[in-house]
Amino acid sequence: MQDKDKTRRKVLIGLTSAVGLSGLPFAATPFIAAWNPSAKAKAAGAAVKLDVSKMQYGQQIQVSWRKQPVFIVRHTEESIASLDLALPKLADPNSDKIEEPYRGLNPSRSKSPEYSVFSGVCTHLGCAPKYFPEIEPKPWDATWNGGFFCPCHGSMFDIVGRVFKGVPAPTNLIVPPHMFDGSILTIGEDKEL
Amino acid sequence: MTEIAGKLFTWINTRLPIVNTFERHLSKHPVPSKVNFWYLFGALAAVTLIIQVVTGIWLIMPYSNTEEQAFSSIEYIMRDVDYGWIIRYMHTTGASLFFAVVYLHMFRGLLYGSYQKPKELVWIFGCTIYLAMMAEGFLGYVLPYGQMSYWGAQVIISLFGAIPYIGESLELWVRGDYYISGITVSRFFALHVVALPLVLIALVFLHLVALHEVGAGNPEGVDIEEHLDEDGVPLDSVPFFPYKVLNALVAIGVFMTVFSIIMFFFPEGGGYFIEMANFQEANPLVTPDHIAPVWYYAPFYTMLRAIPDPLGGLIVMASAVAIFFIVPWLDRSKVASIRYKGIYSKIAITMFGVSFLTLGYLGTVGVTEVRKTMSVICTIIYFAYFLLMPIYTKYETTQEVPERL
Repeated sequence: MQDKDKTRRKVLIGLTSAVGLSGLPFAATPFIAAWNPSAKAKAAGAAVKLDVSKMQYGQQIQVSWRKQPVFIVRHTEESIASLDLALPKLADPNSDKIEEPYRGLNPSRSKSPEYSVFSGVCTHLGCAPKYFPEIEPKPWDATWNGGFFCPCHGSMFDIVGRVFKGVPAPTNLIVPPHMFDGSILTIGEDKEL
Repeated sequence: MTEIAGKLFTWINTRLPIVNTFERHLSKHPVPSKVNFWYLFGALAAVTLIIQVVTGIWLIMPYSNTEEQAFSSIEYIMRDVDYGWIIRYMHTTGASLFFAVVYLHMFRGLLYGSYQKPKELVWIFGCTIYLAMMAEGFLGYVLPYGQMSYWGAQVIISLFGAIPYIGESLELWVRGDYYISGITVSRFFALHVVALPLVLIALVFLHLVALHEVGAGNPEGVDIEEHLDEDGVPLDSVPFFPYKVLNALVAIGVFMTVFSIIMFFFPEGGGYFIEMANFQEANPLVTPDHIAPVWYYAPFYTMLRAIPDPLGGLIVMASAVAIFFIVPWLDRSKVASIRYKGIYSKIAITMFGVSFLTLGYLGTVGVTEVRKTMSVICTIIYFAYFLLMPIYTKYETTQEVPERL
């Protein structure tokens, strides 16, 4: 009788604890969810539009989308044609390692053959790589063909944001969703995606 | 008059254990009679914690935790608040010196085996304090919202992004925005001034309670409980109060002198205590040319940089801190103190110390090929010290520990 009572008590304690604990996720929900981006933060992070027709050939500009730099580069036909020169140096020329929204569409990796649009946040630890378009020997690369160099930890990328071999950055610079309406570029939104 | 005061005291004492607590933890608490200067850093850490709490409360008053105001409110504290500059410099100097004394305190633990049975929990609470301090220091460094606040936080938060599958959403959840914004700053503020200080103070309490239960160690590694007088008090002990308290006061005096010299003459510590880039407001579009952590994180930052893969770097960096927790079970030596351990332990701890300092130096300077190789070598030595400990402490010849202190 005594033992039976104990079993019954244990079952009851177990059940009560289980029911009580099942409330824990519910109680925790507001505290966890309150850390998500608020409606205001989401609105501030909406898509940005700009006219890219005024850009010079070879010029790089950066716009801020979600306060992160997005690089836009306007290529000449020659620079697109010379992209293959950098091929032996690249770690992932076809962006197989990342989610590439416009894979195989254009050598520029964007929706336009003339412009490249990619994030200016180094895939290593989030610094902003700097644009060095000159084709000349650089302290970090004697056969520099133009591209991006990250001052933080020395990662290198070509002019369409593809990462070099043997640098700290693991992947190519990320291409954000974007769309062109004539010369109006929208970053952060793509109706076709 | 004295009679009334006496009655009042008795009235309180029968309701609150004042005399009992004073005797148990101070005037009758036995501590080893002979220790050296290494045993003073615990007291200094406690003093620094108090300085941080008091100056912190005063800094909350004029500080503003918004994206627009955070940086300028620091300028306001420095220029317009009466004595604001000295309160802020006390807090920044305190942060660096807190880490300095805690590192020395931890090294003392490794030197004299302060983690050995039955002091494992004292050691584990201590390691947890160190972990909480690292978080507290990081969160505090973000609050001025300067360039190094922003980019340092960017690097640290993107470490979460290296975690497979959940990384990216975790990053967004920690920031609460698509970049390190006012939203991030104000939640870091709440954690820095309320949540973590509560955790830290609770941990310090547990650290001390556990210490008083098992008793303080000594540089000889002698168990003073083995020889008791007729009252059961260890023969090689003195009461904590007044002997050790007065002793500590001298150390506190020296410490305060060093503290004041830094605070008045070198508050930036040559760019190691407050980095120069942090005198510019945060700009998410421009990365400073050289991102370096504050000196007290530098050794771990070097390890992060030495590993090419971010996830690998994160794992190595986290392991470097986590490994301290299991030291009580890595040391298989019969003796506690380095004085009686064998030659391998002496070589190992020297190499560990040198590699830790080298890693620290490397974390504050730029990367070159040679330095990268050095970082990898020092990281290997760092881990070898811990991972080989079960072997070299077990198979080396130790010396006889004396009976008495």
